[in-house]
Amino acid sequence: MAKTLEDVQQRKKAIGWDGKTLKQMRKEMDEISRETGHYAGLTTLSFKETDPIRFEKIYSKLRGGVVHARETAKKVAASPIVEQEGELCFSLYTPEADSIVTSTGIIIHVGTMGAAIKFMIENDYEDNPGIADKDIFCNNDNHVGNVHTCDVHTLVPIFWEGEVVGWAGGVTHVIDTGASAPGSMPMGPVQRYDDGYQVTCRKIGQNDTLSKDWLLESTRSVRAVKYWTLDEKTRIAGCHMIRELVLDVIKEEGVEAYKQFMREIIEDGRRGFVNQVKTMLIPGKYRQASFVDVPFKDLDLPSFAKLNTIIHTPSKITVHKDAKLEIDFEGANRWGWHPFNATPVSITSGIWVMLSQTLVPNDRINDGAYYASKFGIPYGSWFNPDDIRSAHSNTWHALVAAWSPLWRGLSRSYFGRGYLEEVNAGNAHTSNWLMGGGYDQYGQLSAMNSFETSSCGVGASAVQDGISHSAALWNPEGDMGDMEIWELLEPLIFLGRQILPGSGGSGKYRGGNGWQSLRLGWGAQEWTMFVAGAGVMATDCGLMGGYPASAGYRFQANKTDIKERVAKGLPIPLGGDVDPDNPTYEENMDAEIVYRDRQAVSTQETFGDYDVIMNYLRGGPGFGDPLERNPKQVENDLNEKYILLRYAEKVYGCVFTEENGVYTVDLKETEQKRKEIRKERLVRSVPTKEWMEGERAKILNEDAAIQVKHMYAQSFALSERFTDEFKEFWNIPEEWMIYEEDLGVPTLGSHINRFKQRNNIDIKR
Amino acid sequence: MAKYDKKRIGELIDGTLEFYQLKEMMSSHKDPERFEIYREVLQDRVSWDDPILLPYGLHLYIVQKTNGDRIVKCDCGYEFCDFKENWKLHAQIFVRDTEEKMNEIYPKLMSPDPEWQVIREYYCPGCATQLEVEAVPPWYPIILDFEPDIDTFYNDWIKKPLPKV
Repeated sequence: MAKTLEDVQQRKKAIGWDGKTLKQMRKEMDEISRETGHYAGLTTLSFKETDPIRFEKIYSKLRGGVVHARETAKKVAASPIVEQEGELCFSLYTPEADSIVTSTGIIIHVGTMGAAIKFMIENDYEDNPGIADKDIFCNNDNHVGNVHTCDVHTLVPIFWEGEVVGWAGGVTHVIDTGASAPGSMPMGPVQRYDDGYQVTCRKIGQNDTLSKDWLLESTRSVRAVKYWTLDEKTRIAGCHMIRELVLDVIKEEGVEAYKQFMREIIEDGRRGFVNQVKTMLIPGKYRQASFVDVPFKDLDLPSFAKLNTIIHTPSKITVHKDAKLEIDFEGANRWGWHPFNATPVSITSGIWVMLSQTLVPNDRINDGAYYASKFGIPYGSWFNPDDIRSAHSNTWHALVAAWSPLWRGLSRSYFGRGYLEEVNAGNAHTSNWLMGGGYDQYGQLSAMNSFETSSCGVGASAVQDGISHSAALWNPEGDMGDMEIWELLEPLIFLGRQILPGSGGSGKYRGGNGWQSLRLGWGAQEWTMFVAGAGVMATDCGLMGGYPASAGYRFQANKTDIKERVAKGLPIPLGGDVDPDNPTYEENMDAEIVYRDRQAVSTQETFGDYDVIMNYLRGGPGFGDPLERNPKQVENDLNEKYILLRYAEKVYGCVFTEENGVYTVDLKETEQKRKEIRKERLVRSVPTKEWMEGERAKILNEDAAIQVKHMYAQSFALSERFTDEFKEFWNIPEEWMIYEEDLGVPTLGSHINRFKQRNNIDIKR
Repeated sequence: MAKYDKKRIGELIDGTLEFYQLKEMMSSHKDPERFEIYREVLQDRVSWDDPILLPYGLHLYIVQKTNGDRIVKCDCGYEFCDFKENWKLHAQIFVRDTEEKMNEIYPKLMSPDPEWQVIREYYCPGCATQLEVEAVPPWYPIILDFEPDIDTFYNDWIKKPLPKV
C-alpha cells in the first residue's frame, strides 16, 4: 500500500519541545499568555527570584554576545550602509519566535524577523521544506511583515539534542534589491512587483552552506552584487556566533535552566515595561496626528498612481489604569500606489525602537513589552494594506512621520510629572534620501543610497535644544559618515557640507538643525539619480508653543558649465543653500535644467559629470514660545549660523548690533520688541471659536485643494468614528460628505469603502 | 535611587542645569517624589492660590477651584475652561495660510505649502504667549491633546491625596 504524505509526516519527529511541533508551541504560548496576562503564564519568576545572580549572568552573557556578534560581523561587510552607518541588527528568539535579547542597531527588526519566523511556523515549514540543524533561511518579503525590501533577514534555527531551542536572526539594510529603480529605498515602485527581488522565508542553505542556485539567482537579481554578497556573509557570521553562544550557555547551565530563563526574561521584560509606564506616565488619553505629502501627480508613473495626496496618521495613546499602553490609529487613510506603505509589524516594531529611546531606555529590549501593550491598526490603511500589490520600498517616508507625534504625546506625561529631561518635541523626518545607480566610477554595475540621513536634527526638549545634525529615529547610533568614504563608494564629489539655518523648529528651545551637502557627478556612466524626502509639508507640529521643523525642497542642476568654470578658475556652487530666499548656487553656474522646488520626491533621471544635486537632511521640531528663548542663545545661534538674521529678529524678537560680522544682542531693545510682538499677536489673532465659523463655511463649500479633500475622503471611507468626530467637531450636517470617486482622481485599489459595501473585494493577502 | 531637592528641580525648570547634570538625571532611575517637589516649585512660582493638580503644558495648569471645578489656567492668571474641554477653543488663534505668512517664520521653500498644510498658532488671551502650534491640513479638527485621568493618577498610581483648596 502506498504511503500517504500524512503517514510520512506523522513519523517525522516534531522539533519542538516535548514532542510538540513549533506550531503547537506557538498556539499554546499565545493562549496561555492571553488567558493569564503573563508571558507563558508565569505569575512568579522562580529562577530570577531564587538565583538572581545566575539569572543575570545568563542575561549578560547573551546580551553581550549578541552585541558582540553585531560589532564583529559588521566588519565583514563592505557596504557603507552597514559598515559605516551600522545598519544591521541581531536578535535571539525562542522556538516560537518571541524575542529574548537583541543587539544594538536597527532594532525595529526585533519584530520583523520574529514575524518571518512566525510565518514559517504558521506555514508548516517544519514539514516542508523542513527545519533542520544548520539550515539557513532568508526573508525580505514586505508582506510577511518586513519593513521594506532592502532589509534582508538571515534566520538560523538553533538545535539542542534534536529540539529547537531558539532562532538567531540577523538583518542588514542592503544597498540595492533589484527594484525598478536603483538604491535601497527607490522612488518609482508603485506596486509590490516594482519593489525588487523579494524572498519569502526561503531555505537558502543546509549544513551551514549556501545553495548554489540561491547564490546564482540572488546575485543575478540585484545591482551592487559585491555589497549584497558581503552583507549576506555578515548576517550568517553573526547568526552563527549567536548560535555558538547559545550552545555554550546551554552546556554551562543546562538546557532546562536555559528554557526557564528564556520564559522568565520575557515576562520580566513585560513587568519592567508596566513598571516604567507607571513610573513615567500619567493615565489618560493623548491625541496627535501626522501628515506627509505624496506629490505624485506630475511624476513619470503609471496613470493610476499619478495623483497628489496626503498620508494621514492620527493616533490616540491611552494609558490605562492598569498601566497597559494602547495606541490606536483609527482614522488613518488608505494605502496607495506609492512605495510608502507599511505593515502592522513594521509600525509597531518601530514604536518599540522609539520607546527604547525614551520610555524604556534599557537593554532589555524583548517581546515582553509587546505583551504589555495593544495597537489598533485599521485594515486597509497605509500600514495595513488589504492588497498584496502594495509597494513598500520607501516605507520610512510615512513611518517616521507617524511616529513623531507619539514623542509629543508621551512628553505631555513627562512634562506633567516633572521629568522635563525626558521631554522631546518629536523626531526629524529622516530624509532626504539621495539615491541612484548605473555603472560607477570603477565601471561596475552599482547603486547608492546616501545614509547621511543618519544624522538629522533631534527634537527640542523642555530644558535644552535638540542636538543638531546628529541622529535618526531608526538608528540611535547614527553617523553621517566621512565624506572621503562616501566619495570612494559613490561617483559623486562633495562640494561641501553645511548647517542649514532655520531648519530646526524655532522655540524656547529650538529643534536640532539639519544640514545640506552638495554633490557633483563625476566618473560614472549611464548613471541615474533621484531624491526622496518630505517636501510640501512639515511632518510634525512643534510642542507647547514651538514650531515644526522646516519642510523640504529639492535642488538639482543638469548640464552645467562647471567644467568650464573650473578651467577658468571661476567660482562654482559650494556648501549649503543657506538662504533659499537669496540663492547663490545659480549665480555661480549656468545649467540647462535647474530644479529648485518643493518636488522633494522624484523619479530617475540621467545624471552626468558636472551635474549637481543637493542632499538636505532635516531638522527637529521646537519646544515652547520662541519669544521666551534666552536672547544670548539666539545671539549664539546667529553667530554660529544656525539661524538667519531676519528670523532672529522676527521669530525670536531679538535686536542686534553688528560689528565685523559679529552680532551682539541688545537685551533692553529685545525686551521692548518682544512686548510689541505680543501686542501684535493679540491684534492679528481672533478668538478660536470665531475662526471656526469661517473654517466651517469653507468645509461646507468644499473649499480646499484636491489632495486635502482626497485625504479626508479616504479617512471617511475607512472610519466611521473619524467621520463622526470630524462632523461633530465642525457641526456639519449629516448629508455632507466628500467621496473619493467624486474627486476626479484615480481610485484603483480602493476596495474597503464603508459607503459602498457592495464594492468591497476580499483579496487574500 | 536619585533624589533631588527643590533647588535642583527649580534649576531643571529654568533650563540652567549643565548637560552632565541632565545626563545623570536621564540615566538614573526616576525619583518617585519628583512630581510632588515639581508641583510645589511651580505652585510657589505662580501668583494665584488655586492648587495646581497637574502641570498641563508650558504655562498651563489644571487647577482646583473652590466650587469643585477643575479648570485649565495659564500662569498669567487667565482661566480657559474645564479641563475636559479643549482649551484651544478658548484661546486666540492666528493661522498661517499664505506663502507670505509662512515666509515670516521660514525661508522660501522651507515652509509647508499652505495649499497642503497650514500652521495654527494658539495664544493666551491674557499674556499672548504662544502656547501651542499645530501644522495640519485645512479643515483639520482642533486637536484635544491630553485628557488626563487625574483621580486615578493620585489615588491609584502615586497614592497621594489630591491638593485641596
